[in-house]
Formats: sequence, C-alpha cells, structure tokens
Amino acid sequence: MRVVIAEDLALLRDGLTRLLSAHDFEVVAAVESGEELVGALLTHRPDVAVVDVRLPPTFTNEGLWAALEVRRQVPGLPVLILSQYVEALYARELLADAAGGVGYLLKDRVGDIAQFVDAVRRVAAGGTAMDPEVIAALLARPQRAEPLAGLTPREREVLGLMAEGRSNAAIAQRLFVTEKAVDKHIGHILDKLGLAPSTSDHRRVLAVLAYLNA
Amino acid sequence: MRRPWAGRIRPWSSLGYLLVGGLTGLGAWVALLVYLFCLASFPFLVGVPLVLFVAIPMVRALANVERSRAGRLLGTPVERPYRPARRGMLARYGGILADPPSWRDLAWLWVHTVYGPAVGLLVGGLWAVSLIGITMPAWYAVVPDHLGIDYDGLRVHNLSGALLVVPLGVLNAIVAALVARPLALGEAYLARWLLRPTAGSRLAQRVEDLSVSRAQTVDARAAELRRIERDLHDGAQARLVSLTMSLGLAEEVLQTDPQAAARLLAEARGSAGSALTELRDLVRGIHPPVLADRGLPGALEALALRSAVPVESHLGPVGRLPAPVESALYFTAAEALTNIAKHSAATRAGLGLERVGDVLHLEISDDGKGGADPGRGGGLAGIAGRLDAFDGRMTITSPPGGPTVLHVELPCG
Repeated sequence: MRVVIAEDLALLRDGLTRLLSAHDFEVVAAVESGEELVGALLTHRPDVAVVDVRLPPTFTNEGLWAALEVRRQVPGLPVLILSQYVEALYARELLADAAGGVGYLLKDRVGDIAQFVDAVRRVAAGGTAMDPEVIAALLARPQRAEPLAGLTPREREVLGLMAEGRSNAAIAQRLFVTEKAVDKHIGHILDKLGLAPSTSDHRRVLAVLAYLNA
Repeated sequence: MRRPWAGRIRPWSSLGYLLVGGLTGLGAWVALLVYLFCLASFPFLVGVPLVLFVAIPMVRALANVERSRAGRLLGTPVERPYRPARRGMLARYGGILADPPSWRDLAWLWVHTVYGPAVGLLVGGLWAVSLIGITMPAWYAVVPDHLGIDYDGLRVHNLSGALLVVPLGVLNAIVAALVARPLALGEAYLARWLLRPTAGSRLAQRVEDLSVSRAQTVDARAAELRRIERDLHDGAQARLVSLTMSLGLAEEVLQTDPQAAARLLAEARGSAGSALTELRDLVRGIHPPVLADRGLPGALEALALRSAVPVESHLGPVGRLPAPVESALYFTAAEALTNIAKHSAATRAGLGLERVGDVLHLEISDDGKGGADPGRGGGLAGIAGRLDAFDGRMTITSPPGGPTVLHVELPCG
C-alpha cells in the first residue's frame, strides 16, 4: 500500500516512516511542508496520506488546508490527519465533502501501533477514523439531547465506536459481544435517531457524524 | 457623532432644555447658598464635614445632572472628571478637596446661577407672550373691557384690534424659536466646557488607570507563570520521570522476564499518553492552537462547537488582531461559556462578535437564571483585569431570573 507522509519534525517523520514501512506500507514520499504535500499527493496519487495538521510555512493548520485542497481536485483521496489536539470544527470540515476516506486522530494514538495501523488501513479503504476525543465531545453536546437520551448506555457505547469509524466486527470484538448483537444495537440506534438504515459501514458513519455534528 | 447645529434640535427640545435649565439654575442658587454657609462655618469644627458631606456632594449631583442634560443635547456624553475615591479617610477627602474638578464645578455653579434662570425666564416668557398673542381673540372675549389689554405696546380696544395682535403673537413665537436654539446650545457648551475633564485631569486619570492596570497585568503574568510551572512540575515532568523508570526497569528484566518487561512497557506508554494529555490541556490554557490557526472568529466557532450548552453564534469578520487581544477576547468567551455551563442552568447561549469602526464588540448571553456577579471574584474578575490591559470594558447585566448578557468593548484602532 503506497503512502505519503507529511510531518515537519524529522524525528516524527522518520518514526512514522519506520512504523509504516514495518507494516507493509510503501512510503513513496515523506515531505515537510504543505506546498510539498500538495505536489506529492498530485504526482504520486498514494493509497493514503498521513498528514500532520501543523506544517510550515505558517505553522497553523497548513496540513488540513493542503489535504482539503487536494481532495477538491481528487475527490475521496484518503487522508489521515494527525494533530497534537483535536477540534470538532476541523472534523466537520474534513467530513464536509462526504466522500469518505478521512481520518482525524490525536498524535498520541500512534503509540498504539496496532490500532493506528488499522486506522490507516481503514482510511485507505475509504472508511473513517475519528478520534475518540472528537466523538466524546460531539456526544457530550446536548443539541440533540432528546433522542440521544433515549439510547441505552450500551447503545451509546456502540454509537461512539461506530462514529469513530469502526466496523461491526471491530465493535463486537471490542465489546465482547457477537456481531449479530452489534447489528441489533445499530438497528435500534439508527431507528431511535431517525437515520436511514444502510449496509455500508462508511455511509452509516457519515450519517451518524452528520447527525452528531448538526 | 451627531452635530447639534445640523438641525437636530427642535424648538421644543431647546425650550424644554432652557426651562429645565432655569430650574437647575434655581437649584444652583440653593447649592451656592448652602456652599457659602458651609464655608462660613469653616472656622468651626462642623465646617469641614459640612463642606465634604453636604456642599460638595450637592454640587456634584447638580453638576452631574447638567452633564447628562448637556450630553443629551449635544449628542455626545459629557464625562465626569472626578477621580475615583482613594483608600483611607485622609487621602480620600484630601483628594476631593485637591481635585481641580471640584473648583471647576464651583465656577460653573456661579455662572449657572445667572445664565440658567435668566435665559430660562427669557425664552419661557417669550413663548408665554406669543401664546397669549395668538389666542388674543379669546382673551378679548373673556376679559372685561374696563380692565383693558396691552400687547407689545398696542392697546386692544375691539375684536379687529385683537385679531391684529395674532400675527404679532406668531412673530413672537418665531423669535422665541429662533433664539431658543442658540441659547440652549450656549448653555450646553458652557456646561460642557466647565464640567468635562480638562486635558490635564484626563491625563492624570489615564496615568492612574494605566499604573493600576499595569500592576494587575504584571501580577497576573507572574501568577500565570507560577501556575504553568506547577502544572509542568506535577504533571508532564512527573509522568516523564515515571516513564523513564518504567523503561529502565523493562530494560533490566527484558532477558529474564519478558512478560514483566511487556507489562512495564505498557505502563510506560500509559505514562507517555497521560503526559501528552496534560501538555495538551496546558497548551490550550496558554494559547489555544485553534486561535493561532484560525484567528478569533474561527477559534470562537470552535469554542461554540465544544460548549456543553448549545450556542448560537454570529461572528462577523474582524480581521487579524494583535495576538494578546485575540487571546484576551478568546479567554473571555471561554470563561463566560464555562460559567454558563456550570452555573446558569441555561438551555441556550448566544455568542456575538462584531467590529464597529475601531471598536470590537463581544457579547455572550444566555437564557439562564441570572444573578451573575463579577464582584464575587473568580474567573470573571480575572478576565476583567485582563481586558483592562487593553482598555477593554466589560459590562454584565444579569437580573435575577435572567437573561444574562456579558458585553465587552475593546478599542482596536
């Protein structure tokens, strides 16, 4: 699987390269600025890009802008954004085009290598990987308190994992239940929130995130 | 700014101004007499307290009435020049006596005792006379003939004479309307000239304000640095120490007990994760990254998204501002929204940002139970101090039962 990495700190750039290479990714480019990133993504057309949100020259959210810019030209190009902090605002912007293949994770999550690699693969496959902290913030907002309050604690748990972008199988494994049970929970959740049922994991995630973000 | 000479003033408002001016002029007489009486008793023990507690407050109250009247008429408020009361009895009352505005108030008092009643009477009289003239036919009908009526030197003998007086009455009214405006403006300008802060007192006041706010800023900075140092020491640094310990132990047992090593490594990762979380929170408290990324409107939007109470935001374009100003406004909004979530029991909040000319307006409102009091210390007091450093002004209206509105004005020219 071909991957482009954008990270301005050499230490972290090398670390990411090493980590992904060790898990059968081919790092085709490792760049350090937003401008280079746009160029690298447009020339290499990788299967996935792992991008630090803060890049030179502005050291603001250059990485996010570059990713959004490229996705305007190449819709759905999978991008996983890494950041020292997460903002629901940025998650919303990443998800706005509804093309899928987006991830937004705290840099800390790289420490859990299995999970991180799984997230990169998920995004490359057109799925979603949202940081639990973003989801927690969205779930804590009482905008839609009414229907959310109608969920059982278990259902809330499932909703959170679903919104992070995890598959039914992964949710089942995480909660020590059968996939069938997860299926049933998700059915109930979508029903209670008034969302259309969908068989595609990714569609469902987008629906849930759109719902939470509203 | 409204320009009073540009026809904003109707004859009626001038008339009203002058008539009330006549009344306050009478008030000025009373105040002046009281003042002189108090001064006369100065050789006696009661003299000083009389001046301090009766005469000066009375003159100031009257002067304040005139300030607000003149301000309304001229379209720009006339500021009060008095310095805030100082601490300590002696300093406080010595300060009042030494305060030049007290003397300027007195000068105005003298002038107003003459000008106020004189022009009030003049214009009021003119209007009364013109009214009588216009209604002369009616007077002619009711006043017995033998009493006779004189109007502007004309003797009214019969009905046609009475009718002839009507245009004279109208003429009087026109004259009254014409003179009322300049006279009212004269009175207001005179009051403004004598009662507003002089350039000198303005400067003195400014220096005093700046010294206070500078001291506050320095204190706040020092306290902030202390807090950061403590947070780093007890938080991230401690975590990193425990991380190195876990790693060292893992290194030791790596060969002999791989299982224990794995456990220690997991522990180490846990410590590193906690350290990162603490550092992140600390950074958010120093300078929120989203503020650096997006400027004030973007950061406020992110804040609204994060708020526990639903926030409706109206964020106008304000351009990039100096970083400390953005930061102060951001933390004001953050503190206010936190307070709303914690204390107000509100179901909705509003967040507004607007730039009008060179002034930034930030408003945070909620539909909660009200009763917020910045005087009780806590976060809002700290915020007010922070805004002071940029000449920002914070006002809170929070009647019991709500709604609460916190408004911040901050010059950004």
